[in-house]
Amino acid sequence: MQAVSKVTGRMAPLDRADVDTDQIIPKQFLKRIERTGYGPFLFYDWRAKGDFVLDRPEHKGASVLVTGENFGCGSSREHAPWAIKDAGYHAIISPTFADIFRANAYKTGILAVTLPARQVRHLIDLATEAPTIEVIVDLEKQEVRGDGFAYKFDIDPFARDMLLGGLDEITLVERHAPAIGAFETQRPAWLPTAG
Amino acid sequence: MPTAKPLAAPRPDPPPEGASTVARAKGTLAQKLWDSHVVRSTPEEPDLLYVDLHLVHEVTSPQAFEGLRLAGRRVRRPDLTVATMDHNVPTKGGVRAADELSRKQMEVLAENCRREGIPLHQIGSRRQGIVHVIGPELGLTQPGMLIVCGDSHTSTHGAFGALAFGIGTSEVEMVLATQCLPQNRLRDLAVNVEGELPLGVTAKDVVLGLIGRTGISEGQGHLVEYRGSTIRSLSMEGRMTICNMSIEWGAKAGMVAPDDTTFSYLERRPHAPKGAAWDTALDHWRSLQTDDGAAFDQEISIDASHLEPHVTWGTNPGQVAPVTGRVPSPRSDTDERALLYMDLKPGTALADIAIDRVFIGSCTNARLEDLRAAATVIAGKHVHSSVRAMVVPGSTSVKRAAEDEGLDAVFKAAGFEWRNAGCSMCLGMNPDILAPGERCASTSNRNFEGRQGSGGRTHLMSPPMAAAAAITGHLVDVRELL
Repeated sequence: MQAVSKVTGRMAPLDRADVDTDQIIPKQFLKRIERTGYGPFLFYDWRAKGDFVLDRPEHKGASVLVTGENFGCGSSREHAPWAIKDAGYHAIISPTFADIFRANAYKTGILAVTLPARQVRHLIDLATEAPTIEVIVDLEKQEVRGDGFAYKFDIDPFARDMLLGGLDEITLVERHAPAIGAFETQRPAWLPTAG
Repeated sequence: MPTAKPLAAPRPDPPPEGASTVARAKGTLAQKLWDSHVVRSTPEEPDLLYVDLHLVHEVTSPQAFEGLRLAGRRVRRPDLTVATMDHNVPTKGGVRAADELSRKQMEVLAENCRREGIPLHQIGSRRQGIVHVIGPELGLTQPGMLIVCGDSHTSTHGAFGALAFGIGTSEVEMVLATQCLPQNRLRDLAVNVEGELPLGVTAKDVVLGLIGRTGISEGQGHLVEYRGSTIRSLSMEGRMTICNMSIEWGAKAGMVAPDDTTFSYLERRPHAPKGAAWDTALDHWRSLQTDDGAAFDQEISIDASHLEPHVTWGTNPGQVAPVTGRVPSPRSDTDERALLYMDLKPGTALADIAIDRVFIGSCTNARLEDLRAAATVIAGKHVHSSVRAMVVPGSTSVKRAAEDEGLDAVFKAAGFEWRNAGCSMCLGMNPDILAPGERCASTSNRNFEGRQGSGGRTHLMSPPMAAAAAITGHLVDVRELL
């Protein structure tokens, strides 16, 4: 994974709650065997209806998605954050994320940041009224800042380290091979094997 | 780690984590299961958990296998890994009926399994089926285990007193490589369901009613234990239906403590322990209970004796009401968008909503008991002339068992299509999809926009309710037909 410490850019406001992964990337686009190439299909059905907010000229090129609570609910498809990143969004700000989506976003190198609902509301309004304004999502300082505001956020410290260091988590876990081996020798004999 | 937190504690971000794994004096089932899988625990990092069973399917695994290959890694425990083809398999016409990309995904899975020595139940084989149906029916899902799969409905397996949850593709790669998964500690939530279910009311109605009350995110950051007399009296199939939909209200996992119902289901299944090993396992399984007096971080109580059959009216599973009710007035932007998408007006009686399609299937409700319940409703009746209805058994074994007792004949005589096993129209990755504007009574788990086909409209309900809708041509209270 590439290290990421901050995302600077314009915001795209997706002012709705409970955006599910079926909207983020509909099922007909889950048939690829690669991790890339999903960007054109992000929010496919909503975009197909026309005048979708993220497609408006003033929001083209934005890199920070600001949205309502419970973002990413539904399926475990990692294709959802892959599509979001592919489409150029490197940070998402929401009052809450669905658990699996947030884990997947971190693994994809996306800064999935939670802020209180009223601060998210401010950012959505700001993005709508002044779309050229840039914000900085700063992982090191754990804050989202712009002209006249700086909002602190909490984040899982381990996920933060992984993102800042661009670390390969599997390599980290492989260092514990002796402990894993020892655990395996103590597993009860009745547990099923697949063969 | 504290043993209890105030009921109304705000959701922390991150969730409580890195906590010591010293067993609490009085533990919940979920925390006992967690503790027994900790390989390594330090304050600075998530707990490293050992995975007993990794279920794999064609859609969320190819990139994980490719990642392994690029890094020169192998699958650490192919003997603890089982693969099946389910998400995009055609339910008639075999593999040749699949589109080119779906076929490619199935071929890639077969090749990955061959190379790594992973058992695969492929399309056409006698044990193929939806991953969450075949795990239990093969006896691979057992109490006390930690089970993961790249699919959010992995929570189904919690019905056996296992800790089971869905993971993303990067985590699939992690488990393939190390058989372990770093995870932050989660909080405990109890759902206490008491009372006898009225006639015509099922496990599906329990969980739909629950989600109607909690909304679709209340469970975030929690491991849920379903408890109480109603749960105890449910079959394993009913318990699986409830645990299956844990993710639909945001919970990481849902579980039911194992009991004699669990043990009878498991005994003599192909992968269940045999002989002396069975007795040893049984002794252990009986200990997998929440201790009396153990504290949950949150508790929810439900009176099942007053429940009614439920149907969803909107575009998420929390937008649900008793079938005797009406389409509600919108209380949020989300509700308004849902009514627009569903083409419904507030105040319309739910039982007046006409349907075009019926889907009886999915990892939520396509087990033998579900098919029996639906068949009871339709026996001797016929599908309404304006409705196209299909049954997609959850597995090839379920299909065979249903045919052995003549259920296929009941469905076919009533005008249902009788298909081969797969996920099918639960998510419409195969050719089984709704046309734009079509309205479907479905036994599946999600009614998101476009879930069953772009522009399609989904109403979630139980198998008997879906069967009743097939006959009348509109949403209907199944109790009128019993």
